[in-house]
Amino acid sequence: MNDDAIHHFAIETFDLTRRFEKMVAVDHIDLRISYGEVFGLLGANGAGKSTVIKMLTTLLTPSSGSADVGGFDIIKTPDEVRRSIGYVSQLLSADGALTGYENLRLSAKLYGLSKSDRIYRIADALSFMGLTDYAHKLVKNYSGGMIRRLELAQAMLHRPAILFLDEPTIGLDPVARHMVWDRLLTLRHDYGMTILITTHDMEEAETLCDNLAIMHSGKISIVGNPAKLRAGLGENASMDDVFAYFAGGSIHESGAFREVEQTRHTARRLG
Amino acid sequence: MQRFLYESAAIVEVELLKLLRDPTEIISRAVQPLLWLMVFGQVLARTHGINTGSLSYLAFITPGILAQSVLFSSIFYGIAIIWERDLGVVHKLLVSPAMRSSLVFGKAIAAGFRGVIQTAVIYFIAFLMHVGLRLEPLIIFAVLTSVILGAGIFATFSLIIACIVKTRERFMGIGQLLTMPMFFASNAIYPLEIMPNWLRVIAQINPLTYLIDALRGLMVTGGAHIHSYTIDFSVMLMVFVILLFIAVKLYPTLAE
Ligand SMILES: Nc1ncnc2c1ncn2[C@@H]1O[C@H](COP(=O)(O)OP(=O)(O)OP(=O)(O)O)[C@@H](O)[C@H]1O
Ligand SMILES: [Mg+2]
Repeated sequence: MNDDAIHHFAIETFDLTRRFEKMVAVDHIDLRISYGEVFGLLGANGAGKSTVIKMLTTLLTPSSGSADVGGFDIIKTPDEVRRSIGYVSQLLSADGALTGYENLRLSAKLYGLSKSDRIYRIADALSFMGLTDYAHKLVKNYSGGMIRRLELAQAMLHRPAILFLDEPTIGLDPVARHMVWDRLLTLRHDYGMTILITTHDMEEAETLCDNLAIMHSGKISIVGNPAKLRAGLGENASMDDVFAYFAGGSIHESGAFREVEQTRHTARRLG
Repeated sequence: MQRFLYESAAIVEVELLKLLRDPTEIISRAVQPLLWLMVFGQVLARTHGINTGSLSYLAFITPGILAQSVLFSSIFYGIAIIWERDLGVVHKLLVSPAMRSSLVFGKAIAAGFRGVIQTAVIYFIAFLMHVGLRLEPLIIFAVLTSVILGAGIFATFSLIIACIVKTRERFMGIGQLLTMPMFFASNAIYPLEIMPNWLRVIAQINPLTYLIDALRGLMVTGGAHIHSYTIDFSVMLMVFVILLFIAVKLYPTLAE
């Protein structure tokens, strides 16, 4: 994987586009995300974040353009892409009628883990996510934070190179949220996982992500690391300001357009 | 092939776990066939209004009611699929490298096992009502095979509809719209011979008719079937395979 990092990106999109009837949900985007990076995708509701993730995870076919994930073309080699990725959807998707252990066992089987790997990795994932004591309880009795951690456990069982997390901390209390962040950073540290995350939480974007892309009606407004993005807007700019500036419709009406364009170029070089 | 079976078995396993953990559904679904057999069956048997040959009317409709209960519970499988879509379960299954065909086939076979439980319930009711049942192991095996096939057909059909309509409300409407006509345009509660011509034509292309025909020959002593078992099973198998192909194509669109 380290060798790859020199030649490839973990995720690279080429004019990636998706239309729903006339509406262009994702509009010719070009993104490059390096191996080992935690990359945040921000944008207002309906900006197209989930649609990008669905295309990159092979759930949705692009209308035009393409993308490589883990070095594999999402259109030509979806199976290889699926083997290289883990995905936690925006919804709480663990099966409530099953126990945590049963949820994990199903994932392990669908990912084709051998029996010995399965037993070891399930135990490992449970303890890593602090769920060992709840393994045999029905998921419908879990708290939101526990469900999220179970889903992360499911997504990491097969040791994917790249994790896609669509709003992983939505609806979680601060303690649960920090726990998820901590687990994600440990995953990155221990396995060098690349993580693509969407969020509406600016604190999350800033503490967790090496780089951010802000989307606005299907287009990427800007890419860059959080500190640079703030600095580019002004001395005391917060992430909220950055978000409001790039996620709203104001870019082209704004007086500071040139300044922003400048930042954008800088950010691209840095990103 | 081995991978296909292994993955399908994994799906069946969790579906069965869920079913056994929450048997209320099995119990509530047993009420309807009970009413059909005890009330409708007995009342109609008294009128001698329908000529079922040497077979008593109750024995005549017992296979029909089994098929009906398989149809009604399988056809609402689509609701569960839409539910899973709304919860994001479908997405999780589809990002895995599992073969799309094993996901769909696993669901169909799980519906089949549900049918097996319904079969047991109906045998029990029929036994209490003194219907003459054939209990040779080979016959029981053939009954279970046809029930699993039938349930697989209707569950897969239901999955296809779920993929097309995508919302629960629309599904409910269509589900009602399809099941009742399918039931009445079949040989479940009256023989093909007494149907008006137009209805008989519809009944002949209704897969439910072939399930009932096979069951009628197999389940009850003295039961007569119109088609040979080869025809009954070939038709069911063919319909099942065609529906599976369509479902495998459509299932991934649920995650869009
Ligand atoms: N399956 C679909 N059919 C039609 N339109 C869709 C579909 N999926 C998404 N859209 C539309 O595409 C646009 C982008 O949606 P998307 O879910 O990607 O936004 P998002 O950035 O993830 O928003 P949120 O922050 O609310 O999750 C929205 O206008 C949405 O209504
Ligand atoms: Mg979204």
